[in-house]
Amino acid sequence: MKEEVRLMKGNEAIAHAAIRYGCDGYFGYPITPQSEVLETLEELMPWETTGMVVLQAESEVAAINMVYGGAASGKAVMTSSSSPGVSLKQEGISYIAAASLPALILNVMRGGPGLGTIQPSQADYFQATKGGGHGDYHLIVLAPSTVQEMVDFVGLGFDLAFKYTNPAMILADGIVGQMMEKVVLPEQRPRRTEEEIRRQCPWAADGRKGGRKRNVVTSLELESSRMEEINHVLQARYREIEKNETRWEEIDVEGADYLIVAFGSIARICTKAKELAAEKGIKVGIVRPITLWPFPTEAIARAAEGKKGILCVELNAGQMIEDVRLAVHDNLPVEHFGRLGGIIPSPDEVVKALEEKIIR
Amino acid sequence: MEIQDIIRPENKVYSAPELLDQNVHMHYCPGCSHGVIHKLLAEVIAEMGLAEKTVGVSPVGCAVFAYNYIDVDWVEAAHGRAPAVATAISRLWPEDVVFTYQGDGDMSAIGTAESIHAANRGENIVMVFVNNAIYGMTGGQMAPTTLVGQKTATTPYGRRVDLNGHPLEITNLMAILDGTCYVTRQSVHTPANVRKTKAALKKAFQNALDKKGTSVVEVVATCNSGWKMSPEKANEWMAEHMFAKYPLGDLKDVK
Repeated sequence: MKEEVRLMKGNEAIAHAAIRYGCDGYFGYPITPQSEVLETLEELMPWETTGMVVLQAESEVAAINMVYGGAASGKAVMTSSSSPGVSLKQEGISYIAAASLPALILNVMRGGPGLGTIQPSQADYFQATKGGGHGDYHLIVLAPSTVQEMVDFVGLGFDLAFKYTNPAMILADGIVGQMMEKVVLPEQRPRRTEEEIRRQCPWAADGRKGGRKRNVVTSLELESSRMEEINHVLQARYREIEKNETRWEEIDVEGADYLIVAFGSIARICTKAKELAAEKGIKVGIVRPITLWPFPTEAIARAAEGKKGILCVELNAGQMIEDVRLAVHDNLPVEHFGRLGGIIPSPDEVVKALEEKIIR
Repeated sequence: MEIQDIIRPENKVYSAPELLDQNVHMHYCPGCSHGVIHKLLAEVIAEMGLAEKTVGVSPVGCAVFAYNYIDVDWVEAAHGRAPAVATAISRLWPEDVVFTYQGDGDMSAIGTAESIHAANRGENIVMVFVNNAIYGMTGGQMAPTTLVGQKTATTPYGRRVDLNGHPLEITNLMAILDGTCYVTRQSVHTPANVRKTKAALKKAFQNALDKKGTSVVEVVATCNSGWKMSPEKANEWMAEHMFAKYPLGDLKDVK
């Protein structure tokens, strides 16, 4: 398949992107608002073309453990779900991180807590960026704001996951999952051959081909000093990822008096709000973190220099704002604006919040 | 006749299985059934020439360290999730033979959903189910398969149906699923039973090679430490009490 321009939903685009990346397996369980990922894959039948395995599991728990097994055998595997389902996956995600395995997890966030609502939300920021499951670990967390980024982050997520043998998460929301946009689908990449997998993943448990020493993929180590050492290795990797892979976008930060920090689809609403504010003579710049972990701490600190205040706009009750405050050490006012329960704010509301909370 | 005249290759009647790692520190209790079952797996995999295409999935429980003993590739699963892990490996590496090794907690409590559904999908895997009616690793608590009246750390006065429900015959459940091709219940408490279990494992691995569906080999086993008995007494107790609830033999064998 050649590069192709299409109009489609973010969730559908994920399915196309996975096949075209050369993904080896997808394991999922239906949940609104992301069921189109599995539906699209079943419709496209990639097992007939690229040989990609697609399986509807009996639960989110089973699906993430299938991902654990597939990743442990060196394959490029992924799962997708939405907030309640991603909560169920946390045990498996912790195991995948602890065993240093590459894998891709998509969360199309919906409102919580509990069963919550099927409408969009960004309330899983803490869960995605601070660990989520038990133990000291981090996912590489990518926040798409467009359907195109949904596509691009499948490739980027897998590439980073394999580069650092660490799970990556695409933290999307119901907006970007459900909305349709023009998207450029990349050319089909061939799936890796068995030889390529063995070269890339010499640690993989795929059968002791060629009589090599046995590979054991485990996260268990009862000897405390060795377990501490394993943790140090993980932490050193996280520092490396922080150094190399922090990504963000800045819009008109130079010359602005105020800063808005927002991620995902909400950053686009804030871009419109920035234009409305400019009509009122209020100069606003935007920083959009693209990697939520590693968080663009230094970029935000630099962008905040000389500014009069920062508004964090999130579809939650105030989560990313904690990282923004840490970045600027409370040297300037930092306030939060968010809607809850699946309600999406209008650009007008954002401007009003900026005026009331920051400009006053 | 000198001893050297007897120790000759042609007189050899037994040797340790080549796939059983001899350098590992034995963590199982003396008298535990796991050692025999590990040995049988090592023998079967070697005799069938599968050492370089087998992946084992170990459980949480005493057998979590199965990967230290048998010289094949292993993935250590979260508690109860071995069949899900095995499903993916088997589907992604269809030429490999994938087996799970699960205890009664793993198979019939926390992993019931994964076990039933992997078997119901007819995954081409072998599920080895070691049923010793107790949680050995955590110190001898009740398992779903604990017998009525059996004393454990969490049923100190004996399992009561009104409090704890009934012993779960998960293997019988497995046998009625269309995805399973071979479901059998064996034991390793006598040489004859050891040989039968080995034959059962061989058949199960052959089924996986032949893509016939899921094979379940339950081994009714002892946990003499958890049961607080001598190994010999534990074998007697098992034969006397366990086999009544968990009778040995094939529950299903699709030709």
